[in-house]
Amino acid sequence: MVDFSGWDMPLHYGSQIEEHRQVREKAGLFDVSHMAAVDVEGADALAFLRHLLANDAARLEAGSALYTLMLNQGGGVVDDLLAYRRDDQRYRLIINAGNRETDMAWMRAELTGFETRLERRDDMGILALQGPQAVAILAQVLPAAAPHIDRLRRFHCMETGDLMIARTGYTGEDGFELVMPVTELQPLWHALVQAGASPCGLGARDTLRLEAGLCLYGHEMDAQTSPLEAGLGWTIAWQPAERQFIGRTALEQQRKAGVAHQLIGLELLDRGVLRQGQQVWQGDHCIGEITSGSFSPVLGKSIALARLPVSVSGEVQVEMRDKRLTARLVRPPFVSSKK
Amino acid sequence: MSEIPADLKYLASHEWARLNDDGTVTIGITDHAQEALGDVVYVELPEVGNQVTAGREAGVVESVKAASDVFSLVSGEVIAVNDALVDAPDLINQSPFVDGWFFRVQPTDVTELDDTLDADGYADIIEEA
Repeated sequence: MVDFSGWDMPLHYGSQIEEHRQVREKAGLFDVSHMAAVDVEGADALAFLRHLLANDAARLEAGSALYTLMLNQGGGVVDDLLAYRRDDQRYRLIINAGNRETDMAWMRAELTGFETRLERRDDMGILALQGPQAVAILAQVLPAAAPHIDRLRRFHCMETGDLMIARTGYTGEDGFELVMPVTELQPLWHALVQAGASPCGLGARDTLRLEAGLCLYGHEMDAQTSPLEAGLGWTIAWQPAERQFIGRTALEQQRKAGVAHQLIGLELLDRGVLRQGQQVWQGDHCIGEITSGSFSPVLGKSIALARLPVSVSGEVQVEMRDKRLTARLVRPPFVSSKK
Repeated sequence: MSEIPADLKYLASHEWARLNDDGTVTIGITDHAQEALGDVVYVELPEVGNQVTAGREAGVVESVKAASDVFSLVSGEVIAVNDALVDAPDLINQSPFVDGWFFRVQPTDVTELDDTLDADGYADIIEEA
């Protein structure tokens, strides 16, 4: 167990590599209750979110989800999150554990003038059921909802009683994120494991998201780094041009000036393991650094995300202890879901 | 509970040493260390012929989650390394005290082992952690 932003979290239950494979080949189950659900409700909820978030909540229909950044005035990232539209005036955000206090303070400060209530739902727990067998397992455990589960599209959500079922995830596989009162979490966990889902820890969650090329707050993005240099430009809704979300002015200036860096994948050609913070070199020049690195259980070699100049090409060297190892540039994802 | 063979010597940094009948010393990492590291995916072995020093770094073991130095318990010349670990580093997880050995040393002064921990001393350290 490790301390993760104040939560006791298992890094792995058994072999981390085995847990990773279960998610790619069958189904894995993660307790991600350290992430916080925040309900945003009221007549101005949509207007508030369109001001607060860099992606456009107006694109959400009822029962759908959006990945978005919440930016500061300088265009740096306060947090990345999923926004769910439950109905006209009710939205739910799922934010990172380590940012929950900062996020709440940030959102409250921006709330002035909006007829909107914010409530952090610490009474809610979250499970992530991920993998090619996720649909079959969830349908088996929730037979009454089975027909709806089967038809639920990616980035859509539904509710049955207190349970919110979203077809979202952080592994690159098909699957669900399930939000429910914490009192209902344990029985559901056991039922899903009984039905064939393998318990997985934070370790496998990290190697899965890395193989899928997904960014992690504090690694690829932070309050100082532009999302345009973190491979997250696709999450910015520039249109409509008159929507003045927080950070827009700074981002537009950056876009006009042109950014110097990009987020790109590395695949290590030599033996070793790439890690966050290692320097990337080309010849005599240090050209950047690794933001996330680990071992890919599926590829059987080490992979990483790195922030490097937009002009980079060819092979690069990574400094590891007293050696330089060779890596090639790869456009993420490193591993794609079979579905 | 992790295994701590009684006939071995230990460092607080979780390496073990076995004094062989021919006077050489075999070194590896403990069951507790492999459990804490999780799946081992890479090792950096010393080279045969290199000199290693007691209490100093002689190699590296990396799991999916972390890298960790491997220290020697005695000074001397490396006379063999476990090449099988290069292609099967998970031998360290499966068999830390036998198939997962790291390297073998011809010690210059085998009494250096007297300054290391015995099984009981090492067990105390794990319990405190």
